[in-house]
Amino acid sequence: MAQNIDHVALAPLYAAAATAILVLLADLLAAPGRRGWLLGVAGLGVAVTGAVAVWAGTGPARATFCIPPRPLASGGDPITACSFAADDSTAVLGAAFCVLTLAVLALSAPLVRSASVPAGEYTFLLLSSLFGALALTGARDLITLIVALETLSLPLYILVGLRRTAAGASAALTYLLISVVSTSVTLLGAALLYAVTGEVHLRRLAAALSTLDLGPAAPLAAAGVGLVLVGLVFKVAAVPFHAWAGGVYDGAPLPVAAYLSTASKLGGVVAIALVAVNGLMEGSAIWASVLGALAALTMTIGNLLALRQTRTVRLLAWSSVAQAGYVLAPLAGFAAVGSGGGDVSDVAGPLGATLAYAGFYVLVELAAFAAVITVRGARDGGTLEELRGLGRRRPWVAAALALALAGLAGLPPGLAGLFAKVVVIKSLVDSDVLWLALVVAANAVLGLAYYVRLGAALYDRGGGPAPVSPAPAGAPSGAVPGASSASGPEGAVLVAEAPVVTETEARSWPVLVTLGVASVAAVVLGFLPQYVLWAADAAARLLVG
Amino acid sequence: MIGSWWLIVAVLALPAAGALVLAVLPGRSANRIAPALGTVVAGVTFLVSLGLLTGRHGPRGGRVVDPWHAVDVPWIPPLGVRLSLGVDGISAPLVVLTALLTLLCAVYTLWTRPAGGSVRALYALMLVIEVGILGTFLALDLVVFFVAFEITLLPMYALIAGWGGPGRRHAATKFVLYTLAGSVLLLVGVLLIALAGGTDLRALSLHGTGLGRSSQITAFVVLALAFAVKSPLWPLHTWLPDAHTEAPTVGSVLLAGVLLKMGTYGFIRIAVPVLPEGARAVSPYLAGFATAAILVGAFCCFTQVEIKRLVAYSSVGHMGFVLLGVATLTATGIQAALIGNIAHGIVTGLLFFLAGAIKDRYGTGLLTQLSGLGRRAPVLAGLLGFIAVASLGLPGLAGFWGELFAIVAAWQRSEGGTVTLWVVCAALAAVGAALAAAYFLRMLRIVVNGEPGEVVTSRGPLPVRPGEWLAWGPLAALTLVLGLLPALVLELGLRPVQAIVAAVSS
Repeated sequence: MAQNIDHVALAPLYAAAATAILVLLADLLAAPGRRGWLLGVAGLGVAVTGAVAVWAGTGPARATFCIPPRPLASGGDPITACSFAADDSTAVLGAAFCVLTLAVLALSAPLVRSASVPAGEYTFLLLSSLFGALALTGARDLITLIVALETLSLPLYILVGLRRTAAGASAALTYLLISVVSTSVTLLGAALLYAVTGEVHLRRLAAALSTLDLGPAAPLAAAGVGLVLVGLVFKVAAVPFHAWAGGVYDGAPLPVAAYLSTASKLGGVVAIALVAVNGLMEGSAIWASVLGALAALTMTIGNLLALRQTRTVRLLAWSSVAQAGYVLAPLAGFAAVGSGGGDVSDVAGPLGATLAYAGFYVLVELAAFAAVITVRGARDGGTLEELRGLGRRRPWVAAALALALAGLAGLPPGLAGLFAKVVVIKSLVDSDVLWLALVVAANAVLGLAYYVRLGAALYDRGGGPAPVSPAPAGAPSGAVPGASSASGPEGAVLVAEAPVVTETEARSWPVLVTLGVASVAAVVLGFLPQYVLWAADAAARLLVG
Repeated sequence: MIGSWWLIVAVLALPAAGALVLAVLPGRSANRIAPALGTVVAGVTFLVSLGLLTGRHGPRGGRVVDPWHAVDVPWIPPLGVRLSLGVDGISAPLVVLTALLTLLCAVYTLWTRPAGGSVRALYALMLVIEVGILGTFLALDLVVFFVAFEITLLPMYALIAGWGGPGRRHAATKFVLYTLAGSVLLLVGVLLIALAGGTDLRALSLHGTGLGRSSQITAFVVLALAFAVKSPLWPLHTWLPDAHTEAPTVGSVLLAGVLLKMGTYGFIRIAVPVLPEGARAVSPYLAGFATAAILVGAFCCFTQVEIKRLVAYSSVGHMGFVLLGVATLTATGIQAALIGNIAHGIVTGLLFFLAGAIKDRYGTGLLTQLSGLGRRAPVLAGLLGFIAVASLGLPGLAGFWGELFAIVAAWQRSEGGTVTLWVVCAALAAVGAALAAAYFLRMLRIVVNGEPGEVVTSRGPLPVRPGEWLAWGPLAALTLVLGLLPALVLELGLRPVQAIVAAVSS
């Protein structure tokens, strides 16, 4: 049977693949001393890819690799199903992935210049991961979805360890092992679903699960959905596959950690959303509750682990675990609708909340990593001590970092984070999962404890002319002249500057531009959160439909 | 848009713009012009806030929220949030008080600068805090209220952590975590209401939420917890003494003077009128906790040896009276809460100014070491005596009306003369008022009348400086004016309060 392939729907993938290959070729031609322009070529390619994704998605909804319509085993109307789609949701998500990759490329400038990683391979791997992410946005069957997700992850195993340090190698191995375990769990789940229903296409699967009389196989199907979901939470670093985050983020090069905590995590969210929506069936209230419990555990454990961290990236890593909990939390609202067979409009609400939170989160997280990279350049994330007094040395960078931290904590001036919190709690209250809303509330307090510790360190006046009395043991004197003010304290402070930052090395314009754009975007979207909400809602409706 | 809507915009935009300019001004020169700029901005804001008192309209209908001046523009359509702000008889006195205290803090800082971070950051933070507090009082949309409530959080943290005393870090962290816990509960409560009846307070207080009794009780309890942390209400008050003791003087003044009022205002503006059934069901418990707060505050004051901590614990007691007034759900009680709010803001604001000045002068706040202050610094001690007497509720001074009315309102709630919860509350609150007199007089006996101790004699006489008179004078005068003419505040709140009571009792 001849396949009728819609190449427009696949155009973003072609563009991403072409960019990756172009970079490999360019690397052969590039003079060894001039690696910066490779990133430029890659950036241009990613920008084009993003434009293509938007163009392909915003036209009439497209789908390809379709199977001819046939009824389900249970009878009923014939259902057509396709493996790959291009619609508004792929446009929104594809654009998001391209923007994130573009930002990570810019953040990689110091790393690539420092020649501690091979520029060509590094860029190629990043672009390969983008290819996987774009494939994921369009994936509409379980096989494509899992393969796309692996395509997203596979390059990351290498990227994490690309610096060839001991920490990097250990990080890469950890990431690989946990990933293998989680993928096999997902595959087992997919196999169970196929065994019970005989379907892999998400739409047919959804129809089969909600209409088919599964009889004694029903628990098997529920287990299948559950296993797929549990395996997928690895990508967002949620409990029970969260333990890798701290070591892997800290061992990986900083831009790769930024990619892991933004683009890769967004990929996990999309995959979970696709499965969760289409796995709805009688009795799925159970796994929606399981998802809610996982979300609660994830945010609590992430926050607790972050409390004691002394290394910047580890703190951000555990904080991003906690954030994954907030991202997943609205999906617990599926419990309310799942038992009723899954009404589309009811499901779109929680899903939209999840995507909106993810959108706000990746933006603010990106700003935080951009600020850390601005300070640290090609080196690793360093310790919190090394950021102490940053407000004096580089007031604007410190202000941007403080703004990002406020956003992660969900407090003004980080209004983007505040509205993200509003959206999640609104969704939870709306779907009557009040207990989880209260868990989210409690975790917001827990999270602020360490965000404020890092923020305070930035503005520490470091034993300056305070009304000095011995501070309580273990509590170094701290001061924060405000996340809202980018001021350097008056000359009174005579403390020796921490001899850690070679300022010239750390000033890289692509990084500064990324930091500036991300911060401005966070501020603007903080005042006008509706644009994120609209985009998330539109994407959610299409993913559901 | 109602009335002179631009006044509302101005009263928020001025301090916001001032803070922004102070934050981004380049170079060291910023620190030189910051005090002048900050004070001018605070001054103009205060004048604008006085302007908000004009243009009041006559009685019309029994609407709970009927602002004289209001702004209402769409903000976040997907959440149904409108940038809806307005001023009415309940918010107007608090708005003016906020602008006044910020101005006085700015003036005070011209001469007395707390050690710590840069002066421009200090002024910027004061103005940001002012924006947050004013926004809270002016908000007529639940989400806007919540956002404004949160705005004050980090700047206040920074103010305590950046310019506070030796234990500032611990105190600031405790403050920010406690109050964040309150404000996330506020978010949950606000959304419980918003999902049932929208976020527009005007519509909500007109048509209600449509929530059933049990949902109303749930929402009310969540909101009550949120506001109780802020007010603060025993047993959620423990952040307050630490924060007050470690905060710089201006921080304590803003914290006690107006920040705490955001909690009691939330009860009067949101919790009670929007959730009348919840209010009716929960108010006896609220009254019980408020009475406990009065007594606990008083007993704690007896054991305090440090002047700022003593004033801080006295705040717990005073806010207990305010909440007792709210809990009665009667016109008398809510009026008592309104005037109690204002009086406490003025009196405790001045008390913290004086306590801060004493600590700055003598380097200690320990009462025993301050003994004999009255002989060496008679003016300072005299002012302290005057304002302490006002705080303990002497008739003729500001503190009297709120406490008296709260007790009377609680007494009136008991019907038929039987011994009820309300009688017990009224009686215990009266005992608490007497205890307040006792602990303030104990403080005065030590500080004003004692033999001059080593610390006090070693510093010589330290007169009150002109800059301090400038900051303190208005508060001392208002203490007297409000004591003699409580109608200034009561008359403003009369109609809205009647409308609230009508809404709750219907």
